[in-house]
Amino acid sequence: MDRLNELWPELWTAALETLYMTTFALVLGGVLGLAIGVILYVTRPGGLAENRAVAVIANLGVNFFRPIPFVLFVAVAQPFARVVVGTGIGTTAGAFMIGLAAAFAIGRIVEQHLVSVPPGVIEAARSMGAGPWRILFSVAIPESLGPLILGYTFIVVALIDMTAMAGLIGGGGLGAFAQIYGFRQFEPVVMWTAIVLIVVFVHLVQMLGTRLARKVMRR
Amino acid sequence: MSIVTLTNVSKTYPSRTRDDAEVVAVDDVTLSIEKGDVFGIIGYSGAGKSTLVRLINALEPATGGTITVDDVDITSLRESELRKVRGGIGMIFQQFNLFASRSVKANIAYPLKLAGWSKADIEKRVAELLTFVGLADKAGAYPEQLSGGQKQRVGIARALATGPAILLADEATSALDPQTTHEVLDLLKRVNREQGVTIVVITHEMDVIQTIATKVAVMENGRVIEQGDVFDVFSAPQNPASQRFVGTVVKGIPSPSELGVLRERHRGRLVTFSFRDGDSSQAQVFLDLAAAGLDFELVYGGINDIRGRAFGHLTLAIRGDDAVIDRTLADIAQRVEVTEIAGEDAR
Repeated sequence: MDRLNELWPELWTAALETLYMTTFALVLGGVLGLAIGVILYVTRPGGLAENRAVAVIANLGVNFFRPIPFVLFVAVAQPFARVVVGTGIGTTAGAFMIGLAAAFAIGRIVEQHLVSVPPGVIEAARSMGAGPWRILFSVAIPESLGPLILGYTFIVVALIDMTAMAGLIGGGGLGAFAQIYGFRQFEPVVMWTAIVLIVVFVHLVQMLGTRLARKVMRR
Repeated sequence: MSIVTLTNVSKTYPSRTRDDAEVVAVDDVTLSIEKGDVFGIIGYSGAGKSTLVRLINALEPATGGTITVDDVDITSLRESELRKVRGGIGMIFQQFNLFASRSVKANIAYPLKLAGWSKADIEKRVAELLTFVGLADKAGAYPEQLSGGQKQRVGIARALATGPAILLADEATSALDPQTTHEVLDLLKRVNREQGVTIVVITHEMDVIQTIATKVAVMENGRVIEQGDVFDVFSAPQNPASQRFVGTVVKGIPSPSELGVLRERHRGRLVTFSFRDGDSSQAQVFLDLAAAGLDFELVYGGINDIRGRAFGHLTLAIRGDDAVIDRTLADIAQRVEVTEIAGEDAR
């Protein structure tokens, strides 16, 4: 307990790092993932802008990168992180890699929810003379918005999970804090404090997402 | 004046696998829909009706033949031009296909936004349409809060929003109960009468055709096997295939299994008399049979009414001397269509 009192500043920093990495990764992965999901959705056979070549490439890309375990992805993506964010280590590099890794998973989630919009509803919009992009933004995405929000909520939880591994490249965060000051120094109180903070964070995100989705779906 | 003309129109889908034959959904269809018609297209499911109707607004491109809508050959247009054509043709669906994320009002406003109407004009038009379909109090409701009939009325309002000259109805009442079906059909009748909208109705239900259609085409295996005035097609189908189809949807013709039951229950020869509006009356047939001293009873039948004109089929079990029956039937056959149901036993 005494040890924990000494560590409050570090804990606070770690919590902010987790928050920063999650937000950064969510914005980056969310936007990239949305783009990937939309490409998968519109180019699929029978899609709004069917394109076999693009569909095959997009699927191959997603299927190649998505299964790479994050611990390994960090190593593989390091050179790329240096090019884009200027460094291969630290919090921002960690956040960047988390966002990148998550984009592929988010892409699949976005695709799945878009596909579940009833084809008849899409057809109705076509019958009124709407073009493919119009249908995407004014029908497909709004119609699946509720499930999409739940999908993103699910992903945020996964992102927080991934931030715990950012310690590998000196990214900090609550995960690294728990490892360094709790686990390795035999301080269960310190470790559990970090864990509880993570759980509370996840819980808050889930609550917010559920509430938002419910509001959108009016249920 | 014809508003939609299909000339030798075909639609084939490529085979899924290498060994499959290609699928012919619509096969060499020629038909003409006049302005102001309520044109019914009836057939079993899988007959190609839904594909045919989607050719008219080019949701599906035809693979052969020409289609003109309002004197424009739409088979030669590019996708961007087709969007404008589609904007001028309303469509309603079996599953209503409303936007679940939008209110009733926003559903109806959607095609108007697409067409670039101003906010004030949209507001006014939506209010007008809601009143027309009788849902003025539901403007702010969401589709999931509506009954099936209400949903379809929103569908109709949305399809009519931009004031199209043509409305395509794809099995629009097939998901509704009989009472609601009639409410929706009455609304469609009003759309046709009051707004002069030409309506193309796809259905497998005789009732729908009987209630609103003025012309009808019967489809089977992608082909239109018979078309014409609704009364003519249903009271006296010419083509054997359409006779078979009409037999299953028209009241009064016993099915083979029903025939078996009839034969078990009644003695004598089973003979069907088919009456058409203007033909010799049923009473005369009964009088003739009685005058010949024959014993008969009515075992099956039904009378259909199509826009005030009646036709029907009555099946009688007739008992008596075979020669007398033959002579009497031959006599009646000169005025009324007589069909003796084969296979009667000599009890």
